[in-house]
Amino acid sequence: MKWLVYIAFIAISLAAPLVFPAYTQQFSALWVLIILAMTWDMQGGQMGYNSLGNIFFFGFGMYVSAVVQVSIAHDIGEYTYAGGINVFQFTDGQYFTGLVLGVAAAGILCALLAFPLGWILFGLRGPYFAIGTLGVAIAAGEMVGTWEWVGAGQGISMPPFPGNPDTAKFVLYIMNMITGMVCFAVIAWLYSTRFGLALNAIRDDEQKAEGMGLQTLWIKRVCWAVAAFFVGICGAIYGNTVGFIEPLEVAFQTIYLGIFMVVAVLLGGKGTLWGPVVGAIVFHTLKEVTWTHFLGWQWVALGVLIVVIVVYFQEGIMGWLQRQRPEWFGIRVESREPEAEAAT
Amino acid sequence: MNVVNGHAVIEIDKVTKTFGGVVANKDISLKVQEGAITGMIGPNGSGKTTLFNSIVGFHPIDTGSIKFEGNEISKLRVQEIARLGLLRTFQQTRIYGKMNCVQNMLISIPHRKAGLLDIFADHRAEDRERAEHLLEFVGLYEKRWLMGGDLSFGQQKLLEFAMALMNEPSVLMLDEPTAGINPTLINGLIDRLKRANEEFGITLFVIEHNMRVIMNLAEHIYCLAHGELLAEGTPGQIQNDQRVIDAYLGAH
Ligand SMILES: Nc1ncnc2c1ncn2[C@@H]1O[C@H](COP(=O)(O)OP(=O)(O)OP(=O)(O)O)[C@@H](O)[C@H]1O
Ligand SMILES: [Mg+2]
Repeated sequence: MKWLVYIAFIAISLAAPLVFPAYTQQFSALWVLIILAMTWDMQGGQMGYNSLGNIFFFGFGMYVSAVVQVSIAHDIGEYTYAGGINVFQFTDGQYFTGLVLGVAAAGILCALLAFPLGWILFGLRGPYFAIGTLGVAIAAGEMVGTWEWVGAGQGISMPPFPGNPDTAKFVLYIMNMITGMVCFAVIAWLYSTRFGLALNAIRDDEQKAEGMGLQTLWIKRVCWAVAAFFVGICGAIYGNTVGFIEPLEVAFQTIYLGIFMVVAVLLGGKGTLWGPVVGAIVFHTLKEVTWTHFLGWQWVALGVLIVVIVVYFQEGIMGWLQRQRPEWFGIRVESREPEAEAAT
Repeated sequence: MNVVNGHAVIEIDKVTKTFGGVVANKDISLKVQEGAITGMIGPNGSGKTTLFNSIVGFHPIDTGSIKFEGNEISKLRVQEIARLGLLRTFQQTRIYGKMNCVQNMLISIPHRKAGLLDIFADHRAEDRERAEHLLEFVGLYEKRWLMGGDLSFGQQKLLEFAMALMNEPSVLMLDEPTAGINPTLINGLIDRLKRANEEFGITLFVIEHNMRVIMNLAEHIYCLAHGELLAEGTPGQIQNDQRVIDAYLGAH
């Protein structure tokens, strides 16, 4: 049963861009939201640290990859000053090497950066942590916006994909898909180890966890670094998907994806493995519908959705399903135990 | 009980702890003998929990020294002390509410034996077995798939005790283990505490308001009043100590 779900999921993911090629970029955007939601939930849902600033790693990863991808062929300062791809060219080899190195560097640097950042921010609890992380993301956007070397507020045009734009979309889609699936596998594995329970223990009572000897600071930082790794990679691919990056609306987009990832998790069910995936799919679909049909009112519709979830549907889709069908999730309850029945 | 010749595993020397103007502990010196059950009594607000908090590193002390197995621990952090094998339970009872009893147990394995990367290991079959065995030991086996937060207060106390045993501490400090436990179950709990001491070889240091329990359990008892050490001795000596009777027993 479990494997059927996985196989169906992989098959649909592979088939989607082939059957509906016009929507490839939409599917890519959906994977981005799935990755952001899954990683957000690991830390917000499972560990209880609600971050509003994970989008920082998205933007940071995006800029890291841009710098790497451009620098492999040109001086980035001259490149941005002269207006990028209008003047400079990339060979096929430079493009692909740059893409691979850029994406890898984005993931690795984001993960490494999460350690010192976590050391500072994880001293904060509850709303202070949320605002602290948000502050990091906003400050990063503002700082990059004044930094001429990386194009400041003008942004950077990414090296163009050599070849047909449809192929480009498909290649980038596959990169997103692989990142998303690896991310899911890593997170599912982590939840099956002691690490998963350690996250939940920190969520339920961090002082107790410390008192029992758990290395809470290490666990929290590893958790954030894993999230940062995938979010960074995701940002790097996203930069290439949109082709032109700038600090506030694309990279450190606190009010768009920065909020959407949280809403997707709440909708799908906080603290569950599949909740963020389901939530991202439903939210993305809803969002696309409202964005096309209620243009001008889309933010109102989004606001109403948030209010409805927060007020009436806190458990989310998977949380609700878990309550209805606990046995599907391997959750055992007292009365279903054979021994207990025999005893009564 | 041969207290004088025993080896002290916790040595507290002239510890003072103040909160603003409140002197919660004043110049307290005491010892916990290895392998024994030591008791601590005292009226509400006399500083018992504060002393526990100081020992396990929950807050820094103002002056004095706290030694565990001969080493100064008053500057160590909470986790470091727990990982030395010195563990406490909480007066308010603290368990992981949104995890079931088995999960509560599995995450309470002795982390002091673990390196940083061991947190990524799978749950071992022997840990699961021990978890179920200890839940059985405290009488929660039937409830093992219930969420910690769904247990009654008394059951949560038992779960917290089982979690502490799971951690294989060498010294366990219990803050009012029988508070909120149904009187008919108290005898069973006393029995389990004694077995934890005898069979698992865990040194116990127990805060208790229930006189019958502490007199039955402890070999040596300290009595605090107004943050100071008022008296110490065997249960018999404490029961007959006029200062204790005035400060504490007499008050009831
Ligand atoms: N964190 C704190 N901040 C300020 N005052 C505190 C703090 N903790 C304890 N106190 C004060 O220290 C004194 C001793 O408190 P403590 O909790 O140690 O008493 P206790 O002996 O455990 O009492 P009980 O039997 O009621 O549990 C009290 O006056 C209390 O108000
Ligand atoms: Mg107390």
